[in-house]
Amino acid sequence: MKRPIFLTCIAVAIAAFIWAQQRPADIPGEIKKRGEKPAIAVPDFRGAGDAQRFMNTFNATLFSDLQFSGQLKMVPKTLYPLQIPQQPSDFHPPAAGRSQGIWLTDWSSPPVSANYLAFGYTAVQNNQIVLYGWLYDVAQANATSAQVIGKTYIGSFDETGAKRVAQQFAADILKLFGGVSLMGTKLYFVSDRTGNKEIWSMDYDGSNQKQFTAYRTITNFPAVSADGTRIAFTTYPIRRAANGRGTTEGQPQIFVHSLETGRKLVYYNQEASLSAASDFMPDSRHLLIYSSASGFSQIYISDIDGAGLRALTHSRSLEVEAKVNPKTGSDVVFVSGRGGTPQIYRMSIDGTDVSRLTTGEGDAVNPAWSPDGQHIAFSWTRGYEPGNFNIFIMDVASREVEQLTHGAGRNEHPSWAPDGVHLVFSSKRGRTTQIYTMLADGKGLQQLTTQGNNDNPVWTKTSQ
Amino acid sequence: MSKNRRSHASKIGTALLVLMLFVFASGCGKKKIPPPPPPPRTPAESTATPPPPRSVEKPVIASFTAEPSTIERGQSSTLSWSISGATDMSIDHGIGAVQSRGQRQVFPAATTTYTLTAIGPAGSDTKSATVEVSTAPPPPPPPTGPTLSGGEILQRDAQDAYFDYDKSDIRADARDALTHDATLLKQIFAKEANFIVVIEGHCDERGSAEYNLALGDRRSTAAKEFLVTLGVPADRLKTISYGKERPQCTEANEECWQKNRRAHLSAGQ
Repeated sequence: MKRPIFLTCIAVAIAAFIWAQQRPADIPGEIKKRGEKPAIAVPDFRGAGDAQRFMNTFNATLFSDLQFSGQLKMVPKTLYPLQIPQQPSDFHPPAAGRSQGIWLTDWSSPPVSANYLAFGYTAVQNNQIVLYGWLYDVAQANATSAQVIGKTYIGSFDETGAKRVAQQFAADILKLFGGVSLMGTKLYFVSDRTGNKEIWSMDYDGSNQKQFTAYRTITNFPAVSADGTRIAFTTYPIRRAANGRGTTEGQPQIFVHSLETGRKLVYYNQEASLSAASDFMPDSRHLLIYSSASGFSQIYISDIDGAGLRALTHSRSLEVEAKVNPKTGSDVVFVSGRGGTPQIYRMSIDGTDVSRLTTGEGDAVNPAWSPDGQHIAFSWTRGYEPGNFNIFIMDVASREVEQLTHGAGRNEHPSWAPDGVHLVFSSKRGRTTQIYTMLADGKGLQQLTTQGNNDNPVWTKTSQ
Repeated sequence: MSKNRRSHASKIGTALLVLMLFVFASGCGKKKIPPPPPPPRTPAESTATPPPPRSVEKPVIASFTAEPSTIERGQSSTLSWSISGATDMSIDHGIGAVQSRGQRQVFPAATTTYTLTAIGPAGSDTKSATVEVSTAPPPPPPPTGPTLSGGEILQRDAQDAYFDYDKSDIRADARDALTHDATLLKQIFAKEANFIVVIEGHCDERGSAEYNLALGDRRSTAAKEFLVTLGVPADRLKTISYGKERPQCTEANEECWQKNRRAHLSAGQ
């Protein structure tokens, strides 16, 4: 009962799993996440000739992508048989109870006990790297019915190409299990490693970290549009001083940049001592913000250029961090101090039907919708001293919560991966704050950053 | 011709002889008659009024001086005097009755002539002494550099207003600090016509970054509203929230957190 996120899926998952074993070639992609995860064996692939040069990269990428997905149980390589198949013709059924070579049961029986086997090889053709990849359901009686995937992938003949074909193969495998590949998705986050807080980007696995802004002030709170074309954030714009001597920091304002060109786009900030970006609407054409024009920070919605501003809340308390349900586009969760300490509330997009979601204990902040619009992840100090946040998940319909971190560091700013299975968040577990990913059950923790302080990660909803 | 010369000579000789006889004859006559005695000297007064008693003298101011006789404004001069034979002695300009011998320090604001009057039964005497007061020269320029700018005064003298955790109410101590600041700001504004003050709102590290941004904004606005009620012109006050981005103190304890929960005044540009 403590894991509502997966509860509804368990029955389906078991049924689908049994069914999948019977008709593997037609799996519609609904073997689900928890309980018995399918076990997969992924022996190292080898390359013919020059292709071998990039096989370390290939094998590392394939294994980690599958493992990182959280959808599969990875069988340790030490348990594998000595003879590894490279193509379907390597399989030979036993005759008269005697082994004739490699067979499916080598992989389905102990100690491997895999449900699936990924195998294949690469070669160089026309100065490109070509992957021949197969996925077998090793519980099947014969090799033909065992084949789930048999596909050719082509990439450039270098590290990047080897990595790319591995990611594509992994993505195809994950699709079978209802997973969304995170390949090509990016994270935007805030880093102070240059001395100023700037927006940075990185790949979902922490590689390829790049600086996006260079405003040399305090830049914070990134939000990325669902179509992946725009990023909004909040910064203290540097202006030339009115007296001509040096520069001065303006009040915090919303900036919108194109993610295609990197350039700043027009956004008109209303006259207020504070305006901060919060979330894009699912249409990518409107923005939820909070602004203090009334003297108290309140939730507003505006067009993508700041026009058409409309207040959604009208309280004399502080309201920040409005996030819209990506599925419905009509439910908004936000943080309000109207009841005392900051708590998470829900309202309709027109500002009506306000109700509190959290219990009123501690500080509850940083709400983030799951891609399916059923859950929110958030940061809560419930059970801890002020400032000691942990990551929680709530099933919004039932308001049941599950605590994912338990006092290790100060954990904030959860954001869901597009697969609905991973969360990225920031945690101060030593002297610095760093970005981590984990599965939505709190397992599989991985640290993505190390330089400076890194905070406020948001996972893009699309590949770029 | 010789006959004429001889006749002139005989006429002069005759005249001389007559003259000599006359002189001789008169000289012999004075010796014979003595002059009368002089009349007794009898002055009119001594006979008209009785002589005065021997102890009564006419008052005499032997000396009356001012030392130094030239001073700068604010400095003093000393009057000294010595009088004899007077029963009633006074100096004007408010000094009043004095003894027959004495000193008195005076601080005239402008050049003043003091008059000492001594009156006795036998008369009176006056003497004057003047103290010249020169206007002081303008003070020298301040020893170090130019005068403090409004921003420097703020930095030196402005007081932070402190807040409770998660609150933006102006506490009693914050009220005192802001009242002090209001006086300071009015002085600065009187001197610098274009001076703008930025009220920074800060928070401790425990809340979320987003909520603290809003809370710091509220704190700076509350401080501004309070200053305006004290008569500080609102159009000279800007607010900015730094949330928890610019902590004054970075340790994780209440003493440090309290230092960070503040509204702080700085010079705007």
